Amino acid sequence: MKKLLAFSLLSISLLLSGCPDTTTHSQGVYMLLDSSGTYRLEVKKAQAIINYLLGTLQPGDSLAMARIDSASFSEKDIIAKMTFDRRPSLTNQQKRLFKQKIDGFFATVKGSAFTDITGGVLQAVEYLNETGSGKKFILIFSDLKEELAKGHVRDFPIELSGCRVVALNVTKLRSDNIDPREYYKRVEAWQARVEAGAGHWRLINDLERLDTILAE
Amino acid sequence: MSLAQILNIWPNSPVLSLIIALLVAVFLLYLARRPAHKAIYSLSRVIHNGFRLMARSVLIAEKKVVERNNEVLLTVGAKAAERLIEREFHRVDAVVRRDMSGYPALQRKLADQITHIDEDYRESTELPVPPPDWVKAVETLAKLPSKGDGWVANILGEIHKTGVSQYKSSMEEHRKAVAKRHSLLEKMMPYWRKLSQTLDQVDKTIIGLHERTRVVDSRMAEYEEIRNKTDKAAHMLTASSMTQFFISAFVLLIAIGGAVINFNLIALPMSEMVGGGSYIGNFKTSNIAALVIILVELAMGLYLMESLRITHLFPIIGQMDDKMRTRMIWVTFTILVILAGVESALAFMRDRIAADMQVLRQALASVETTQPAMRWIPTVGQMVMGFILPFALTFVAIPLESFVHSSRTVVGVAMAALLRLITFVLRLLGDAAYYTGEFLVNIYDLLIFPPLWLENLIRSKERQTDAKDSIVKEEVS
Repeated sequence: MKKLLAFSLLSISLLLSGCPDTTTHSQGVYMLLDSSGTYRLEVKKAQAIINYLLGTLQPGDSLAMARIDSASFSEKDIIAKMTFDRRPSLTNQQKRLFKQKIDGFFATVKGSAFTDITGGVLQAVEYLNETGSGKKFILIFSDLKEELAKGHVRDFPIELSGCRVVALNVTKLRSDNIDPREYYKRVEAWQARVEAGAGHWRLINDLERLDTILAE
Repeated sequence: MSLAQILNIWPNSPVLSLIIALLVAVFLLYLARRPAHKAIYSLSRVIHNGFRLMARSVLIAEKKVVERNNEVLLTVGAKAAERLIEREFHRVDAVVRRDMSGYPALQRKLADQITHIDEDYRESTELPVPPPDWVKAVETLAKLPSKGDGWVANILGEIHKTGVSQYKSSMEEHRKAVAKRHSLLEKMMPYWRKLSQTLDQVDKTIIGLHERTRVVDSRMAEYEEIRNKTDKAAHMLTASSMTQFFISAFVLLIAIGGAVINFNLIALPMSEMVGGGSYIGNFKTSNIAALVIILVELAMGLYLMESLRITHLFPIIGQMDDKMRTRMIWVTFTILVILAGVESALAFMRDRIAADMQVLRQALASVETTQPAMRWIPTVGQMVMGFILPFALTFVAIPLESFVHSSRTVVGVAMAALLRLITFVLRLLGDAAYYTGEFLVNIYDLLIFPPLWLENLIRSKERQTDAKDSIVKEEVS
């Protein structure tokens, strides 16, 4: 009888605390923010996206924001990163802290000479794999025009398996208006690169529909 | 050699070939008519009989199900009737104990009252002493004529005076005596009233008992019907079970609604305890934990109701001795109170977390945060609900028991109806197979109608010839 009771208690305690699956349902979001040239003016929209993400992500999810500058494959470019606590009350505090950091960054954001998107994506993949999230999202808030500093090597395949890459607010450059094919080529080139790396590609230019960002 | 080549009997003339093939086919079919008919009939009969057999088996099963249903229904009904009768007898016993046990005292009281009344009545019947006889004699003497004799007149006058004074004193005494009688009769009034009230009380008790006995009679009549296994009793119990089933299902639905509200009250704060981002399978651990708490409350409610002997779902609890049962009542009730307290605290926590989330969302949306007026009302409301709902869910045990008991009958009736439907369908299929066989035979004959027609023609001629021959033979003989 005692053995049965002990076994039952052990089963219940295991069920409630030991077994839970904490990884496969959690989401990891890494947002890359282009701060080069004229795109710096779009940061207000990026702030709205971050606010939406903070309001949507659940306890246990991870969120990071990094800027794209001349050499983005670096931890130094990560403005804020956080894996939210399991408890909702602590999560809310963490979100407030995250927002403070981001607001501080937006107030002092400076433009960069080059745009190393690939380096940022590589850094994002590294971070998301470390978090062990079940669903990984890389949000690229950029015009997708990569400009590398001399000597930087980025023309190699990227491993993006299990990652959903979402390009946000891909603005049309002045040159795109002269020849729209340049815009399409840019987007298609990135799509091909992501899909070649076993990732999922999506383009969202309508920021009125933020709820589609984390949709399956 | 392909089929087309085989059918091409007359080279370069497909129509002729087709006609020849048809004629050959019709001829062959005509030759094979009898065995073909037999084959079709036997096949259709096999199918028909098979379906009939299946229908019979299903019908037997349906009868068994109906019998079993009736048996269960009557057994359960008999037990219920026994319980009701037992309860009625208990009530009668309680009335008898309460009212009849006081009857000796009541009887004494009545006897005392009657004695009082009797004594008062006796006293009131005692007549006052009539005026003495000599007063009449004095009056007669006083009325004698004095004839002018002063001495005699004086004597007579004195006598008269004596008579009058005697009369007055007698009347005075008489009045006093009458007044005393009246006062005695007046004293009797409260006794009469008391007596009347006591008798009214007795009357009420007797009427109450009479009504109870009528109820017992009707219950006994029902019980007898059930014991005699009459159709009326079976129908009555089935209808009762159906009603119970739907009513209890409705109440259970309401209880499920209450449980859902309860779940929503504690699911969010549970994530504060077990973590909001952990999952068991596809379900959040916090949701499962909230559900477990509600189910534990339901289980405790069931045990409490069992221990109180309100429900009888677990015979082992009902069979416990009273001491153990009382302990169980206290244990389950304590656990329920603790769980209700936990729920109330969780409801409070939920309110805080929701308010915090609301503030965060407003900050993220760059909206100025405002503190709503009377913020405490929903907080208190949620806490009260969190405390009350576990106790309210305790009472689910009653409709659950009704549902479980009545569903046996309802499922049995539904099963019997389904079996009847299957029987009907099988019979229909059997008949369809039989008449399909007939139809196929007719179609077969239709396909070979030319040789059949010829056969009929030849046979009718033969019959005519035979008839003529027989007539000739008869004439000759």
